[in-house]
Amino acid sequence: MTAPDAPKGKRWAIWLPLVLFGAFFALVMNGLIRPADREIESAMVGKPLPVFDLAPGSPDRPGLATDAFRQGRPRLLNIFASWCVPCAAEAPQLDAIAKSGVPIDGVAIRDREEDLARFLARHGNPFASIGKDDISEVQLGLGSSGVPETFVIDGSGTIRYQHIGPIMDRDVAKILAEVERAEKPL
Amino acid sequence: MIAEAGLALLWFAAALAVLQLFTSLMTLRGGDGSGEMGGIVRPAAIMQGPLVALSFAMLMWLFIRTDLSVLLVAANSHSAKPFIFKVAGTWGNHEGSMLLWVTVMALSGSFLALVERRLPERTMIATLAAQAFVSLGFYAFLLFSSNPFERLLTPVAEGNGLNPLLQDIGLAFHPPTLYVGYVGLSVAFSFAVGALITREVGPAFARAMRPWVLGSWIFLTIGITAGSYWAYYELGWGGWWFWDPVENASLMPWLAATALLHSASVLASRDALRTWTIMLGVVAFSMSMVGTFLVRSGILTSVHAFAVDPERGTFILALLTIYIGGALALFGARASTVSEGKRFSIVSREAGLVVNNVALTAILGIVLLGTLYPLLTEAFDTKVSVGPPYFNPVGAIFAFPMFVALAIGPLLRWRSDRFGRIGKRLILPAVVTVIVLGGALMFAPDIHILPLLGLGMAIGLGIASLVPLFGRNLLRTPLPTYGMVLGHFGLAVALFGMASESAFSTEKLVAANVGDRVDVGPWSIELTSMEPVAGPNWTALEATMTARYEDGSPVMLHPQSRTFTQPQQTTSESALSTRWNGQLYAVVGEEGADGRWQLRLWWKPFVPLVWLGGLLIALGGVLALIGRVAGDVRRGLQRRRIAMRRESKPLAAATTGPAE
Amino acid sequence: MTTALKPKHQRLVLVVLALVVLIGAALLAIWGLRGQASYFYVPSDLVASPPETGKAVRLGGMVQEGSIKTLPDGVTVTFDVGDGKVTVPVRYTGITPDLFVEGSGVVADGRLAADGVFVADTLLAKHDENYMPRELQDMTDAQAKAVVAETE
Repeated sequence: MTAPDAPKGKRWAIWLPLVLFGAFFALVMNGLIRPADREIESAMVGKPLPVFDLAPGSPDRPGLATDAFRQGRPRLLNIFASWCVPCAAEAPQLDAIAKSGVPIDGVAIRDREEDLARFLARHGNPFASIGKDDISEVQLGLGSSGVPETFVIDGSGTIRYQHIGPIMDRDVAKILAEVERAEKPL
Repeated sequence: MIAEAGLALLWFAAALAVLQLFTSLMTLRGGDGSGEMGGIVRPAAIMQGPLVALSFAMLMWLFIRTDLSVLLVAANSHSAKPFIFKVAGTWGNHEGSMLLWVTVMALSGSFLALVERRLPERTMIATLAAQAFVSLGFYAFLLFSSNPFERLLTPVAEGNGLNPLLQDIGLAFHPPTLYVGYVGLSVAFSFAVGALITREVGPAFARAMRPWVLGSWIFLTIGITAGSYWAYYELGWGGWWFWDPVENASLMPWLAATALLHSASVLASRDALRTWTIMLGVVAFSMSMVGTFLVRSGILTSVHAFAVDPERGTFILALLTIYIGGALALFGARASTVSEGKRFSIVSREAGLVVNNVALTAILGIVLLGTLYPLLTEAFDTKVSVGPPYFNPVGAIFAFPMFVALAIGPLLRWRSDRFGRIGKRLILPAVVTVIVLGGALMFAPDIHILPLLGLGMAIGLGIASLVPLFGRNLLRTPLPTYGMVLGHFGLAVALFGMASESAFSTEKLVAANVGDRVDVGPWSIELTSMEPVAGPNWTALEATMTARYEDGSPVMLHPQSRTFTQPQQTTSESALSTRWNGQLYAVVGEEGADGRWQLRLWWKPFVPLVWLGGLLIALGGVLALIGRVAGDVRRGLQRRRIAMRRESKPLAAATTGPAE
Repeated sequence: MTTALKPKHQRLVLVVLALVVLIGAALLAIWGLRGQASYFYVPSDLVASPPETGKAVRLGGMVQEGSIKTLPDGVTVTFDVGDGKVTVPVRYTGITPDLFVEGSGVVADGRLAADGVFVADTLLAKHDENYMPRELQDMTDAQAKAVVAETE
């Protein structure tokens, strides 16, 4: 018996769950595509870098000032610290990114020179310049709330992308893609 | 090499899942399920369980050894962590918990393939095909996006610890409990899809699916109860349910599974509600996927700290879409060709269960809408949050009629009945409900409407739930009936705890010097001292409080403000004193500049009944499960004996055969 | 048979009733959500278009450095929540959550009082276990040793 006696109303009702699920899907896709709205700290994407001028954190690298980010090429700004374990975990990936030709500038948060030197000796030094931020001013100005975080800054000094947490292998492609996107002005 | 071995085992298991899917699909295309290909399906499914379990054991070993060359261990463990938390650390993170999920899923698949022989082989092959399809998605998720065995290029010297909020024995075993529940629902889902593919929707399907639903429902019940208790004593806010997205994520599958459990019993006993049961089978598993998605994607903000990752959320969403979208499309295409089940009258046990199902579905919809509403408004650039002012009253509108149906339904006969027949048996609960309502209004006139109704209903329901046992021979009553009675009684107990807590709790928040006395409800509490204490990986300031209930003997309470070392973080450990009629809840906060200590004290009458009720519900489920499985085993043995007798006496079989 | 309806009609009645209840649930939910959802504000929004006094809303932002103060009763704290542009004063009576520190993110449930202070009923401190929160910066010594010391 193939239910010829099923009420007519039931026929369309059978597709109702699929329709409802479609609505759910549309809703969450919309939510996923616009994740920036959820994060208070991502409010800085699209905004210019705050103005700062940091003293060098390492004797063999210059310090870091906002002007360095207005030279027409995208750069990465990496917030790190020698006392931070995930920063050590992301070091190989940063090295790889630097080797692929993207300049990286570091901001060392509340660090000591000798600790920093040892960290760089052990985990490599991919940084073009290292600024030392002993009072977290740059970090606060960037709306970053933890270490490590990495920002993609375009050639005019505008923040284009924020990566929270360590850069793992799987994140490298995303970061490089964001750098490429930042080649074009907004 | 342990990490590599674990990964290799996973790949091997995934390959077997591909084999399982391929052979089962070929068999289904081929016809009767007895082909050569069909013979491979079960062994392929059976093999996966041990392989993945071994892989999980490898990861656990890495955690126990604190192998810091593995990213997951370095990021989540620490050599100084207590042993039990090293073990629990295995699944206290995203990758490990997904591996645990896959492990449970593979073991269920093995078990399913090993023991389930009642269904027609073709339906079974279709079920295993669906099961392989679901597992494959999770294997892909693990291997491509959440590899738990990823190595670090340079090993770190020390691990990153585990979030101290998560260093809690209750929490260590909470997520696995929920996962077992979710995975059980995935088996129910596979059954539903298998039955849809072969159009074999009937009592046999419901009986095969029911133990899985029941089992996963038991775990979900325990998981939710434990999670609620954890939030109660660990967060230090004195509440036991916050309608937080993470909590809702575990509640929604439970609601769906509860509905499924009841509709499956209609299908098993009376062969009615066919399409509806299939639908619920799909919905129940969707809800566990939706829950996992909401929690893992971080798409909704929650009070519970979880490492979230939108990319992984997208992966889970993709899986969800393929499974659920696919299943619902199959449902749409096939459901109208599933033949209609048996009919029943408007006054019958079936109808009572329909009321239960409709109410549960309505509550599920309300919780789902409330959980997703912030997402909906965000699409229009408005951020909102939805809390108890929405969930409590709107949910209650459907919960209370359901409780009434719960009191009446079990007394009704299947198929058709009259209210006149059972009216007498309901007089006692109805009268008691009215008396309690009146009494509560008299002694506590400002009581809110919901707690008031809750109190009255809880007591009426408690009696009504026992009525089905009245006048029965208790020794000959089947175990599943006891399970039902206990489950319903547990619900009444939990309801009483909830209503009493919200109606009669008292709270005190003060800054006190050592030696000060504070009164809360019938308790009088003295802050006797504040001392530093130390544990394996934390130090704490511990308050000693001397509490007296009325003029009884003193009880010592030791709430702490605890500071963990790796990573450094402060948590407050609440102290509880439980009596038969309630719980005293004490939290100590920070020291003020003037040397006074912040104390927060609650007296919560009958609040432990909330969790006691939850455990009773689960215990009811256990009784029902034992009863069902024992029945199945007995019937199976009987069948085998009959078959054997026929073999030994072919002549007798030939003569009795046609008469059957 | 207790009713005059044919079984087929009874079934239809059940289906219709179920649909009516479910649609009723959806309508009720929508109505409840419109009335009961509390809106989320960041400090700039709260200053630019303040909600009605006494309406339940949520405020999210960063706890400003140096702004946490405890009042004489010992259990009420005041602090400022900012979003980089403006700050809003907040008052909260109760034990602050474990992860609540200056410079960290916070979400406060409460309402705007007539005096312009946001009165919070609950505070949620936001924290992500996946990366190093700023609280950890003060333990530089121990951790720096653990991480960077040459172990071999």
